[in-house]
Amino acid sequence: MRIGPFLLRRLFLSILVLIGISILIFVIARIVPGDPARMALGPRAPQEVVDRLRKEMYLDKSIPEQYFYWIKGVVQGDFGKSLVTKRDVSEDIRDYLPATLELAALSALFMIIFAIVLGVLAARYRDTWVDTLIRLLSYFGVAIPAFVVAVLFLLLFGYYWPILPVIGRISSSVVPPGTITGFMGLDSLFSGNFPAFWDSFKHLILPALALALGSIFQEARITRSAMVDNMNKDFLAAERGYGIPERVVMFKYLLKPSLIPTVSVMGLDIASLMSNAFLVELIFNWPGISRYGINAMLSKDLNAISAVIVVFGLIFVVVNIVVDLIVAYLDPRIRLSGQRGS
Amino acid sequence: MPTVNQDQKIQSSTPNNQYRKPSTRVILAENLRKFWYKFSRNKLSVIGLVVVLLVILAAILAPWVTPYPQHASAYVDFDNASQAPSSRFLMGTDIFGRDILTRIVFAFQGALWMAFLVLIISVPIGVLLGLIAGYYKNTWIDTLIMRITDIFLAIPPLILALAIASVLTPNLTNAMIAVTVMWWPWYTRLVYGMASSLRNEYFVIAAELTGASKAHILFREILPNCLSPVFTKMALDVGWVILIGASLSFVGLGEQPPTPALGQMVSDGARYMPDLWWYTVFPALAIIVVILGFNLTGDGLRDMLEQR
Repeated sequence: MRIGPFLLRRLFLSILVLIGISILIFVIARIVPGDPARMALGPRAPQEVVDRLRKEMYLDKSIPEQYFYWIKGVVQGDFGKSLVTKRDVSEDIRDYLPATLELAALSALFMIIFAIVLGVLAARYRDTWVDTLIRLLSYFGVAIPAFVVAVLFLLLFGYYWPILPVIGRISSSVVPPGTITGFMGLDSLFSGNFPAFWDSFKHLILPALALALGSIFQEARITRSAMVDNMNKDFLAAERGYGIPERVVMFKYLLKPSLIPTVSVMGLDIASLMSNAFLVELIFNWPGISRYGINAMLSKDLNAISAVIVVFGLIFVVVNIVVDLIVAYLDPRIRLSGQRGS
Repeated sequence: MPTVNQDQKIQSSTPNNQYRKPSTRVILAENLRKFWYKFSRNKLSVIGLVVVLLVILAAILAPWVTPYPQHASAYVDFDNASQAPSSRFLMGTDIFGRDILTRIVFAFQGALWMAFLVLIISVPIGVLLGLIAGYYKNTWIDTLIMRITDIFLAIPPLILALAIASVLTPNLTNAMIAVTVMWWPWYTRLVYGMASSLRNEYFVIAAELTGASKAHILFREILPNCLSPVFTKMALDVGWVILIGASLSFVGLGEQPPTPALGQMVSDGARYMPDLWWYTVFPALAIIVVILGFNLTGDGLRDMLEQR
């Protein structure tokens, strides 16, 4: 298995991409009209204080030099101070990121499970009402923005049918677990606080579902068509010929290669899931990094905006590498040749 | 595949010896009929097209077809504020007494205008860069263009658009700029793939050997063969741009009140749920219907333009 060189090449390209993202976001943050130092201190601060801060922020240097000082900090995890929270941005990110990762992880899990189950069902019962229903839902899935789903969930479950909580991460009546990892679910498990675990899990369900819903049906369609395409392949006929039971053929030999296109699309969908989290967190009042990012954007908190984007770029790059590895694992043609014919 | 297009064009324009060559109008009518046949085979595409045409017409004719055109801007009528849907206000009114239906139709104007401008600016840029990078594959030009493209593609589009829109003053123009900046790379990548394989086709090599200029090769030989996937993607992208635009206006980075925008109406209405449910639900449905319409039409176009 020659996965090593492949992975190395991907890592190298990813680092280039990350450097590019950092330059891009730096340029975006510097095209803002107005003086960042003045914005940080407010309009009534005396000029010499502003000048001193300008020096501290290296704003008196040339743009490439400024970038150099900024990226030096970023590599060490120092994104500067937030104008809104008055704290180090890196501290803010440490506090807010776990909530978003928790949400994204459950959402991705929903996506994977439902996409595969519904895809297999549609392929198994193709050209019946099951298949048609999933196809129609997939059309709607593409057309409904996650924030619309979220608002409709809020209306439906928040007021008319309150079976699941719609606001925040944990009920105020439940004692929250102490912060160990920042992941509410893990923390409550580690501290043996099962009511908190159950409560925080219930809080996760609706936001995660709102994020995943659009992609689920599309991916189910992709799984279905890949399975239908593969159904008459020779390797399946061979396996049936060996007398392997139909159920095993279906799940072990047919499903696995059929998941390749689904997994590839899923990588992109997880990225769009992360960006949709920006709006969905706002609606469900979810204390994650996306809500933090939106607030930073609305108050032009440049250090925080740059940090959030760099973090998202990093997550996106990592997800893509993982997706490539999974695809390589699923597809023997890639796994054995050690390179991807893209 | 793209090369098939070329063959077909040659076939259809070859004069037939036995019969009189049909006039251009006849050929055009024939092609249109063929296209319509392929498009209308899927009933959903036809429904999508009808929705799209209705939305466009309603947006253009908004001042004449809406019941209360004056409600599209700053207008206050507290006597009729927060009315539930009725025969007088089909989709109810907002807290200022403005007709939701009227405001939705006027919001279509901004949404469509944005989609139009974003695509008209970003598609030529993306296509041009893709053509150049594809034609000069494996040179430094290719590396430079495609690595920059990769960087743009590596940031989730909505986040990049939000970041750009947020550092600029929030309004419709800046939202368009933000979306345009992140939209071109998708076309660059699409055209790059096609152009880099087309450059090895015989008709391109023949043009090179006869001393055709680079511009001729890029725009007259390669470009025409890349167009149908580009058009298909454009049709599908109208829905996407409207979606991103609605997302931006949802967080307040798009069109500013009192001018209506779909996302902005959903977020305003969300504050008055569940009592004023119509304030949120109808704009939300409008977003779904518009995007669905464009997506279904785009699917139909794909069936029509792409030979399988």
